[in-house]
Amino acid sequence: MDVNEVLLPGVGLRYEFTSAEGRHLGIVARREGDFELVAYDRRDPDQSRLLFRLTAEEADMVAEILGAPRIAERFADLTKEVPGLSAGQIEVDPESRYAGRPLGETRARTRTGASIVAIVRGDDVIASPAPDEALHAGDVLVVIGTPGGIAGVDRIIHA
Amino acid sequence: MHISIALLLELGLILTALSALGALARRFALTPVPLYLLAGLALGEGGIAPVPAAGDFVEIGGAIGVVLLLLTLGLEFSVGELAASMRRHLPSAVVDLVLNATPGAVAGWLIGLNPVGILALAGATWVSSSGIVARLLDDLGRLGNRETPAVLSVLVLEDFAMAAYLPVLTVLAVGGAWWQAGVGMLIAVGAVVGAFAATQRWGSVIGRLLSHPEPEQLMLRVLGTTLVVAGLAELVGASAAVGAFLVGLTLTGQLAIRARAVLAPLRDLFAAAFFLAIGLGVEPGALPPVLPAALALAAVTAVTKLLTGAFAASRDGVARRGQLRAGAALIPRGEFSIVILGLAATTDPALSAVVTAYVFVLATTGPLIARLTGPPPTSPV
Repeated sequence: MDVNEVLLPGVGLRYEFTSAEGRHLGIVARREGDFELVAYDRRDPDQSRLLFRLTAEEADMVAEILGAPRIAERFADLTKEVPGLSAGQIEVDPESRYAGRPLGETRARTRTGASIVAIVRGDDVIASPAPDEALHAGDVLVVIGTPGGIAGVDRIIHA
Repeated sequence: MHISIALLLELGLILTALSALGALARRFALTPVPLYLLAGLALGEGGIAPVPAAGDFVEIGGAIGVVLLLLTLGLEFSVGELAASMRRHLPSAVVDLVLNATPGAVAGWLIGLNPVGILALAGATWVSSSGIVARLLDDLGRLGNRETPAVLSVLVLEDFAMAAYLPVLTVLAVGGAWWQAGVGMLIAVGAVVGAFAATQRWGSVIGRLLSHPEPEQLMLRVLGTTLVVAGLAELVGASAAVGAFLVGLTLTGQLAIRARAVLAPLRDLFAAAFFLAIGLGVEPGALPPVLPAALALAAVTAVTKLLTGAFAASRDGVARRGQLRAGAALIPRGEFSIVILGLAATTDPALSAVVTAYVFVLATTGPLIARLTGPPPTSPV
């Protein structure tokens, strides 16, 4: 999808794109952190109409709502493209011996070939976690690998 | 400490009157600048209510007002924005200069101004008011429009061109020779380049030195630094206004956003004093004779700005209606034309009257014309 980025000197940036419906939409990102969402007029494509304004805080919230379910979906899309590859989610129980230990200590990748590509911790997602990232009880690990590899990681975490 | 009762009373009444005028202007979605000029006119010698005691404050406050206006202008822009505007809209800036400075120069020559006066009038008709135009685009909900980047780019380039123009005018206005003016310009342009390099290399260091979590500290540091730099710039003949502009440019990012917020009330107060001071300097009796000339000049330069904006917007592939909107948005002249007048006012009394009348006309009608060229601002659906 093409997103056009235009500099607005003294104001901020403007992004514009055409939706699948054929609607021409734009987002004005002000330097102060506010956003304006606009739609372009069909008769005069240079003329914008304000849809709504968002404060920085509201924009964060909206981004989270729009972005969160898509993370798991995107992994699912990815695994569909490569035969034999699948994605799994593994929760770290409080009893797990890796709760409170760095991710690297599990040596999950070396032992199973599957990769832990993200840690979902409450509302946060830690994408591509580093080996020294500590695992907490309640974390959900997003794992990508062969079904056997994913099962292997599950055994390691729950051992 | 001696308290001057007359000063307190006069100043208090002036500020109250300005507030009423400002509210009136806002009511009609206009900028208060022309009303402040009128107020200054009314308060001066020969006006309806002379204010001898508050005159000193207005005079000194006005000088600080120019510095603050330019500082906050510099805070608006960054190096990257200038570079991007240059790449895309340098021809628009040249068209802007040629189309809009020429009528001012010709008019100055026709009404018999001296060479410095002609140069000043050319400058006054050349620069659009960034303050009025930026506000106008926001009020009219046009920030998302396709023609808006072209409009903003023309404003940025004009403002940077001022860094070369103001020193020349400053030196010539105090009777300096052309070569001295050239030196002043070179110093100013060199300083702008230097400020850019400084931001790139030591931006974070400068930021750390001036930045402070407390608004009061931040305000004092930025204001103090700016006044010192402005004073030094004036000393080397590069104009205090340019010095203040440079400080604004050097501050970027989060610091610039915070500095703008803490300085805004100060800027509003002292800028009001500046516009009053300019109004005070104009003899009301000198206005009627120059009014036809100012009106004609306003009409001509409204058309030339329209053409400038249309040219700039067409470079961005904007269609006819958008080109018209871009041109109309650029018509208002305001604080910058007055800053130019402030530098050269003493050289020719006729100049003050012409520029004041001219700015008054275009600062009020310009936004109205811009409003008429597009659909009414939409409220969110």
